[in-house]
Amino acid sequence: MQVNKRMIVNETKEKIFEIGLEEIIEINAAPNGKSIDSRELNFMIHEAVNANYKSIILNNVCGQRFIGAALKGDIEIIINGIPGNDLGIFMDGPKVIVNGNCEDQSGNTMNHGTIIINGDGGDVIGLSSRGGKIFIKGDVGYRVGIHMKEYEDKFPLLIIGGTINDFLGEYMAGGLIIVLGLKYENGNFQESDQPICGNELGAGIHGGKIFLRTDLSLEDKLGIGANVFDITEEEIAEISPFIDEFCKIFGIPSDIIWKKPFQTIKPISKRPFGGNYCSQII
Amino acid sequence: MALTHEIISHFQVNVNREDCKKCKSCIKNCSFGVFSFNGKQIVAEHHKCVACQRCVIMCPGKAIHISQSESCLPPHGNYTEKIRNIIWAQSGTGGVLISATGNDRPIRSIFDDLLLDSCQVTNPSIDPIREIIETKIFFGRKPKKLDFTTASNDVNEVSLKTNNSVNFEIEMPIMIGHMSLGSISYNACQAIYQAAKELNIVAGSGEGGLHPDFYEYAPNIITEVASGRFGVDLNYLNNAVAIEIKIGQGAKPGHGGHLPGEKVSSLISQTRMIPEGSDALSPYPHHDIYSIEDLAQLIAALKEATRYKIPVGVKIAAVHNSAPIAVGIVRSGADFLTLDGFRGGTGAAPRIIRDHAGIPIELAIAAVDKSLREENLREQITLIAGGSIRYSADLIKVIALGADVAMCCMPVLIAMGCRVCQQCFRGLCPWGIATQDEILVKRLDITIAKNRIINLFHSWNEELKDVLGAMGIDSVESLRSNRDRLRYIGPNPRIAEILEVKHAGE
Amino acid sequence: MRWENYTSLPEKFRNQRVFDGCGISGFINIDGSRVSGKKVIEMLCILRERENGLGAGYAAYGIYSKYKDYYAFHFLLDDEIAKTQVLEYLEKKGNIIQSEPIPTKKPVNIDNLPIIWRVFFELGSINNPNNDEKIVKIVMDINTNIKNAFVMSSGKDMGVFKGNGWSNEIADFYKISEYKAYMWLAHSRFPTNTPGWWAGAHPFNLLNCSVVHNGEITSYGTNRRYLESFGYKCTLSTDTEVIAYLIDLLCRKHNIPMSIATIALAPPLFEEIEKLDKKSQILFKSIRATYRSAMLNGPFSIVVGYSNPVPTMIGLSDRKKLRPLVVGISEDENTIYMSSEESSFRRLMINDHDFNFKDIWHPRSGNAVIAELGNGLIKNGLEITVKKNNLLQEEAC
Repeated sequence: MQVNKRMIVNETKEKIFEIGLEEIIEINAAPNGKSIDSRELNFMIHEAVNANYKSIILNNVCGQRFIGAALKGDIEIIINGIPGNDLGIFMDGPKVIVNGNCEDQSGNTMNHGTIIINGDGGDVIGLSSRGGKIFIKGDVGYRVGIHMKEYEDKFPLLIIGGTINDFLGEYMAGGLIIVLGLKYENGNFQESDQPICGNELGAGIHGGKIFLRTDLSLEDKLGIGANVFDITEEEIAEISPFIDEFCKIFGIPSDIIWKKPFQTIKPISKRPFGGNYCSQII
Repeated sequence: MALTHEIISHFQVNVNREDCKKCKSCIKNCSFGVFSFNGKQIVAEHHKCVACQRCVIMCPGKAIHISQSESCLPPHGNYTEKIRNIIWAQSGTGGVLISATGNDRPIRSIFDDLLLDSCQVTNPSIDPIREIIETKIFFGRKPKKLDFTTASNDVNEVSLKTNNSVNFEIEMPIMIGHMSLGSISYNACQAIYQAAKELNIVAGSGEGGLHPDFYEYAPNIITEVASGRFGVDLNYLNNAVAIEIKIGQGAKPGHGGHLPGEKVSSLISQTRMIPEGSDALSPYPHHDIYSIEDLAQLIAALKEATRYKIPVGVKIAAVHNSAPIAVGIVRSGADFLTLDGFRGGTGAAPRIIRDHAGIPIELAIAAVDKSLREENLREQITLIAGGSIRYSADLIKVIALGADVAMCCMPVLIAMGCRVCQQCFRGLCPWGIATQDEILVKRLDITIAKNRIINLFHSWNEELKDVLGAMGIDSVESLRSNRDRLRYIGPNPRIAEILEVKHAGE
Repeated sequence: MRWENYTSLPEKFRNQRVFDGCGISGFINIDGSRVSGKKVIEMLCILRERENGLGAGYAAYGIYSKYKDYYAFHFLLDDEIAKTQVLEYLEKKGNIIQSEPIPTKKPVNIDNLPIIWRVFFELGSINNPNNDEKIVKIVMDINTNIKNAFVMSSGKDMGVFKGNGWSNEIADFYKISEYKAYMWLAHSRFPTNTPGWWAGAHPFNLLNCSVVHNGEITSYGTNRRYLESFGYKCTLSTDTEVIAYLIDLLCRKHNIPMSIATIALAPPLFEEIEKLDKKSQILFKSIRATYRSAMLNGPFSIVVGYSNPVPTMIGLSDRKKLRPLVVGISEDENTIYMSSEESSFRRLMINDHDFNFKDIWHPRSGNAVIAELGNGLIKNGLEITVKKNNLLQEEAC
């Protein structure tokens, strides 16, 4: 892989993005063909951070977990390979870019920062995240965006270029989830031939919003406490800047986005289950 | 509710008209809205009364006393009054009954059936006042064995090769359990953390995040990572002496935490980083723990996140398979394990779960201690037992049954003024403990509350030393799992068998 | 002497804790010179008040020069069936080099004498480092599973001789004065709630570790559960068993120097530890934390014989000093003596007017006395735990 100070390109010479930061170091996660374990790799990452490297490139990553765990600050981590579970867990600031797919629980309880996955994602992405951005080019699995929360001006943003499965945004308490239903094939973005979502959309949602780019009827796919609406003008204005950012990163032509309408999933109430309980003195 | 289905009040508010000065202090003080003034005299709506005793204490004329209602239902040994009330309440609302504090069913306590040994003749008892009896505990992971630099007996040459494991010291084998800011008030939390600091023990933060005002107490706080992950950011992880993953709690095994919207004030909203007034619901499972290997993953993630500097442990409710679950948890890397028995307290839980699910801590701790020993895992971790440790007798007995540390919550609240009226979830606590209402919270004086907690645990520790001395033991470490020093005096010999405690007389 | 209850107590006493007063004695010759057991018999028998004729025993180190590389099993057997079973069992596990009765002075007119037997034994692969562990398993196996058989000792070039009787009776019976050893331990008993039984007398032995003990371990329940998780089986109702197993665990299995193992058994108070420098605090606190279940609580004084690798005699009393222990060193500094009472030493001086002690002292509570063959007195039990540059430094004593 070629590295120069300003640009990262992958093997097929596709431009992925530009790095803005100086001081680059490359770490080989499989010296002599033998993969090092998670703890050792993370130790080396911390050493690099302590030595003031701002761009850390990890090569030959294969399933190592907890990369970026609890890292703070203005750091970039570029991962070549497939990172293991809990990528960016408790992360608070850095930018993590994966050239490929990632496994489960990326962005778990994330506070701040960016995770960009140039591929598919697994299950339980962004669990309990409080802030930051997670951008995934391809498809993701089950229980994505569970219990995301927002507070005042801080909110978590999760954008998925492809499709999702059951229980999207379960228990959602805040933040934004946008699902586009596209697929990337032969250098092009086009409509995905998979159903855009599974069942139980937003089960238990009591805050935040989910936007799905589809004209299919979502009524029977809703989870308890969720309601579906057509997107409003204000909401289009709200999500447009985020969609633009997403498209720019992955090179999606913006005109394809607005070819289909968006639907909004919102909570029925802030306290959807208040009526379930009886607090009489007995 | 239709008149014909009205539930009879439990309590009766008796106002002595001669002593009543009509100062309206009772109206101001009662947060349940029992009292009003009809122009002529104080009027009480009995059915709202929860017997919290606030009015009784605050009445300058001492004119009020609360009694059990003189009205009564026809007695029935099976369809007790309580059961009938439950049925009426549910038929009226269709809802799940909620309650607070711990199990209030009169189930026999196994602790009360255990007796302590004492020395007579064959070895001497030790005087706890004039001689030293040690109650210090090391909390966290210990190595399986120590390695030294030389095998020489010349002690001037020996030094330790094994790296220090991740543990810290506490002065007494007592932990104040997790009560979140949200379930209890800011003032109550302050009192608890200050007391923990002065006593040099630890207190749990609960799952409501950690308010920045409490960061200074970090060396005495165990933070909780529960399924809702409220407030779990780097500040939270780094301002703690240990981290506990809450899988469950004794009051509601299998359920997540539940803070009703009424108690999500702006302070709570800030600390938990959720909108004001919305329910703070914790999901039932951690959604990244669906199996034991997922737990191992989260433990490893937390150790990574805190750079392996502090112990990471797990809390589970005591359920039927506690013993094998505990072995799995320890093998997954936990440095300590908390077992919460079925009598454990809570700010809000469905009554059905609070009162009927789980098993007693006495049996759970004995079974877990035994299983861990069989797998040769017991010595490396700290085992904490909770779920109705009511007074020092329970503390002593649970240590003899196998726990390193006893965890308690209700006695701390009661020390601060709680009368156990079981209405915590309504946010109306008149003592300023289980509420977020600013006016009510002000009623709890932090310093007085702190001192009362310190007094309580000071006396427990003295009583512990008293018993240890009577047993001829000068360090609490030699009481741990020493079931020889207990005898069973209850009606069910099978319990004695499971506890591996001999029957009194044997 | 009592001619009954050899390998086990009568049924009704089996689940009871045994409470006894005791007398303990021992000595070691630093230059390895072997002497007759006569001296230790004298030292013990003078402690008459401490026994009631219901148990006594001796441990001798260096008595089997001809067979010194073999494990010397000493057995107490109730009958021929037990003996046959034990020998058959051993034959399956290794090689019996020599199998013979231990010479005893047979009493007249007693019918059911116990069979006192010794076997010199080796395992298949002679220098296998796991051999000791295998012998431990064999001992646990025989004691638990072969009825009416008990292993008195299982060390190399040493043996334990014990039974139910007065100290001088047991000495006579086993012809103790005819053995020559460089290290001797001796014990006499005063059991109060059982009629005593041969196997229950001290010394307790496992491999080359023998313990004579005076006192009662109040932490027995805790210690026992700790040991059981390592596979030790506490089959006897007396607490001395856990002391022998703890020393085996700490010193042999965990390879901890004896001076540290004794700290784990009788650790200094936290109050004292906190006065030390940082490095020592970490050391002592690590010992207390890791080995907290090995701590012996309650009144005790013990004399331990241990030879892995160097024959060593250790004396230790509990940290509250609830049981007596006196130590003496001969004029030529070649022999270290330990006993419950100074009268043992005086007895020796009365017997031999030329015999004199250079020094007699009471070691501090919880402070071990360690004497090694060849190296002499390593620790005298009077050191104050004050840290200067090294772990411990001797202050004036």
